[in-house]
Amino acid sequence: MVQAAVQSANSVDQSGDKPWVGRSIERVEDAALLSGRGRFIDDLGVQPGTLHATILRSPHAHADIVSIDVEAARRLPGVAAVLTGEQIKAVTTSLVVGVKAPVECWPIAVERVRYVGEPVAVIVATDRARAEDAAELINVAYRPRAATVDPLGAIAPGAPVLHDGFPGNLASDRAFRYGDPEKAFADAPHRFSIDIRYPRNCCTPIETYGVVASHDAGEDAFEVLANFQGPFSIHTVIARALKVPGNRLRLRTPPDSGGSFGVKQGVFPYIVLIAAAARVTGRPVKWIEDRLEHLTASVSATNRATTLAAAVAADGKILALDWDQVEDCGAHLRAPEPATLYRMHGNMTGAYDIGHVRIRNRVVVTNKTPTGLNRGFGGPQVYFALERLMQRIAIGLGLDPLDVIKRNLIEAGAFPYRTATGALLDSGNYQDAIARAVEQGKLAELKARRDAARAEGRLYGIGFTAVVEPSVSNMGYITTVLTAAERRKAGPKNGAQATATVGLDPVGSVTVHVASVPQGQGHRTVLSQVVADVFGLEPKDIRVNTEIDTAKDAWSIASGNYASRFAAAVAGTAKLAAERIAGRLARIAASQLNVEAADIVFAKGFVASRHNPENRIAFSRVAALSHWSPGSLPDDGGQTIRETVFWTPPELTPPGEDDRINSSLCHGFIFDFCGVEIDRTTLQTRIDRYVTMHDCGTILHPGMVNGQIRGGFAQALGAALYEEYAYAEDGSFLTGTLADYLLPTTTEVPEPEIFHMETPSPFTPLGAKGVGEGNCMSTPVCLANAVADALRVADITLPLVPARLAELVRGAEPPPPAGGVAAVPAREADRRLRGEGQASVRGTPEQVWAMLLDPATLQSIIPGCQRVDKITETHFRADVTLGIGPVTGRYRADVELFDLDPPRAVTLRGSATGALGFGSAEGRIMLAPDGSGGTKLTYSYDAAIGGKIASIGGRLLDGATRVIIGQFFAALARKAGGGGASGGFSLFALLAKFADRFGGRR
Amino acid sequence: MTRLKSDVRHPIHVSLNGEPVAGEAEPRTLLSDFLRHQLGATGTHVGCEHGVCGACTVVVDGMLTRSCLTLAAQVDGCEIKTVEGLAPAADRLGVLQQAFRRHHALQCGFCTAGILMSLDHYLARNPAPIEAEIRDLLSGHLCRCTGYTPIIQAALEAAAQLASSKKETSDA
Repeated sequence: MVQAAVQSANSVDQSGDKPWVGRSIERVEDAALLSGRGRFIDDLGVQPGTLHATILRSPHAHADIVSIDVEAARRLPGVAAVLTGEQIKAVTTSLVVGVKAPVECWPIAVERVRYVGEPVAVIVATDRARAEDAAELINVAYRPRAATVDPLGAIAPGAPVLHDGFPGNLASDRAFRYGDPEKAFADAPHRFSIDIRYPRNCCTPIETYGVVASHDAGEDAFEVLANFQGPFSIHTVIARALKVPGNRLRLRTPPDSGGSFGVKQGVFPYIVLIAAAARVTGRPVKWIEDRLEHLTASVSATNRATTLAAAVAADGKILALDWDQVEDCGAHLRAPEPATLYRMHGNMTGAYDIGHVRIRNRVVVTNKTPTGLNRGFGGPQVYFALERLMQRIAIGLGLDPLDVIKRNLIEAGAFPYRTATGALLDSGNYQDAIARAVEQGKLAELKARRDAARAEGRLYGIGFTAVVEPSVSNMGYITTVLTAAERRKAGPKNGAQATATVGLDPVGSVTVHVASVPQGQGHRTVLSQVVADVFGLEPKDIRVNTEIDTAKDAWSIASGNYASRFAAAVAGTAKLAAERIAGRLARIAASQLNVEAADIVFAKGFVASRHNPENRIAFSRVAALSHWSPGSLPDDGGQTIRETVFWTPPELTPPGEDDRINSSLCHGFIFDFCGVEIDRTTLQTRIDRYVTMHDCGTILHPGMVNGQIRGGFAQALGAALYEEYAYAEDGSFLTGTLADYLLPTTTEVPEPEIFHMETPSPFTPLGAKGVGEGNCMSTPVCLANAVADALRVADITLPLVPARLAELVRGAEPPPPAGGVAAVPAREADRRLRGEGQASVRGTPEQVWAMLLDPATLQSIIPGCQRVDKITETHFRADVTLGIGPVTGRYRADVELFDLDPPRAVTLRGSATGALGFGSAEGRIMLAPDGSGGTKLTYSYDAAIGGKIASIGGRLLDGATRVIIGQFFAALARKAGGGGASGGFSLFALLAKFADRFGGRR
Repeated sequence: MTRLKSDVRHPIHVSLNGEPVAGEAEPRTLLSDFLRHQLGATGTHVGCEHGVCGACTVVVDGMLTRSCLTLAAQVDGCEIKTVEGLAPAADRLGVLQQAFRRHHALQCGFCTAGILMSLDHYLARNPAPIEAEIRDLLSGHLCRCTGYTPIIQAALEAAAQLASSKKETSDA
């Protein structure tokens, strides 16, 4: 009754005013963010005496740690501790691993490194710069092992094995069968198959990870502030690793977080690491990740090798699917992996009515950074295969791709629809959505554009994609990786508890708290709308707090900001909490106004009688009563001070005995089509038009929904056209700067044409579904389909960079013409640097020659040189510190001279190693009189580098090389008696360049 | 050129958004760190520390500057403008900031300070920009949340408003 009164209040009481939900009001978050008053983790002060950490990381993808010499680092003034794997291991336990296997997973390398960037030591000092100074003094001796970076290569016989507990690098191998796929394939007239390699990429927030941790030895309790985003199931992982019960790990989040897109889930191993450092030092410790660390070693989406086959009828109707997925989770299987592979398990048939499915899921480990949450989470990998296959089926059968999509869609009357693999699709009308998109998005016009372009000989193509976007994950889906028997043993896992707290203070103002941990999605604004509607107030009257403190706040393992769960689950739960309080307020008001509770409405700041609106009482007065005069409340009313609601949808059941799993609660629908043109000369892809139709149920804030769509689209465009976490075959990471890992900018991102329809979800309190991840699933494959259509090619691999398209269109590039110095035979995998140049120095060739062979001179003119030791007349060792872009490091170089032709020419060959990389180089320097008493130096070099330094792009490396060479010659010229060596170069440069920095590999 | 001792903290005096302030910095201290940790001007954010993302953009003596590629010691005696100096009052946003809010031109807000500084600087010198010019200007900034379009729209609308208010002023 009361509930009915409250609900009717919401719609009627606005007296013609629209409800706040559904309106694009300005965001409450923005004033602070626009004026520099945001409170991101690194903007907050720390306790006096807080120490600062930096992390020394592995330059090798796979190596045994022979020794770590930290003495010099420990002795540096200001250094409080240097912690290696051994010390961390002493105060923690291994992180839990997502599958049953005898493997350990430490947040820092223990005895062996398995990926470039893996932490090797944590250095804690009075300030960050001091800690970094100390890190450079640590000598780590590695014994390199062979590395494996390709998921199929990793499970091939003879591949190097990362963990003995994962024989053959296989962490999990499960087969599933739904319906009768064998019969369907046997009976079908057609079979189509496609092989996909989905690359590694990452949504790359602009704010990096941050952790501040302290430890109270008296209670053995940790306090951690981190820009973690959830899910808070990870809280249990962290507490267990720190060897404390959950109530001794107080985990808080800062008020603002600079983007996450899933990625900040991956901060958790660093929480363990920094908390352990706080425990060892007895002081608070702060760590802010830098960009190189973030790109190299934070977290990324999985790359996946997929073979997908379909049994198809003559009319294009798909009868069965056969999936073979090999998921690459990187070097460790960190929680919640292998969730990326199973998040989509209920949705392996996409938007289509397909009754028979076979799936083989393998999870492998490789010498790459461990994977984790990333926007789209499994969706991009699945839909790339499925929707590419739809296009191949159409081409194979001579049908229109859109007709093949339409022929297979789930019928509009079939909802709620149970997919073959177990998802319960809540609502939708896919046919209507497509019809509207075709009409409103002007597909006919786009086709005419394509035809006109093609008639002119231009490369133009159209792509289509239909995608079901799951949201609000079932926390039990990951247990699908276990067999039914294993699940019975472990106990059921299911559901997803959302929570919201609504409180009224003594003057009747309203506070809302949720555990949704936003990273820019405007949760505070939307919740103020939702709750204002319930109480008949304005959003500005509602104050919302979205920080989380696990010691004080309501939360569950499902808390956090992932799986697009805010609008569908959290906002709805806030509505439920507000309605509970409103129901009690209605009883109080009814007794005061002498009316029935059913007659009570909330509107315009008053609680009033519906039939006699003049009979009313101020909301704040009723709201405050529980504080000031609980004795005057109706006996059966209960308090109205604070209400916390936990809500979990009953539809989220655990996996069944038959391995069917309703992996998500809500299922939005997206239909995209686009036109792209590819430049015949440059093979650059230009998006001509992009149309995206969304049905995400009830829209709570249209501006924010479009913001999510645009943002997801831009990231997906990056994934499709530019972005890849690239690894060399030896495991060197090659994209460690934002000049190498290319994020789209204003000049690359066009405005998508966005259309909506709203089919409310029957399973959520507000009818809303998630919307944040859809375009990350639909857009990469839609663009790929368009490019395939334009180029008339069958196999497309992302990202669609011009060089890759050139190979498709023109075949592999021929090798460059021979020339220059004889190169050191380099492994294919290494980053190569080649160059040549000239420089002039005062002094005769004899003088210059002598200088170049004199250790003291070398030491004084090599940029960053600490010392040069002459081992023999032709063998030098040098310690050099050099910075390239964001990477500064110390290198130990070993250089030998060959083919000496004094004073005319010399060949240098050498290798260098340091914390930041390793390499080898060879160069030739020639000296000749310049005719005016000076010497002209001519040089050429060929270097190959690996390790951290290899992650710096060619542009930065080449630029830095020129600068360093210039510095060398300037110094040489100074030493040679003044004068300006312009554009210098030299032995040194060689030394510095090849050998010292990039230096050799072994 | 003055040579600064590497292991010593040197006094740095600047004008920050019109107010004289001072702090100390080692020669290697970046301007971005100096602003944030010495002067407490945490509105300027650090996103990449290699000059690509643009989050740390400030104005030094009238020049747009990546504060992550600038040493604090370089700006001794300079006038610096940061995002904290954009609003006309603590409780009131400027025209450009209001346009950002109206257009939902920010989500997490981490990159926003740098974008605002570039736009504020540009619009003062180019009162009637077209979209392509704004896109070109902002190609030096990375935003991962918005997809950029609302930022462009906000910038164009702010430019129009600023131009018309200037016109009103001069007409008066």
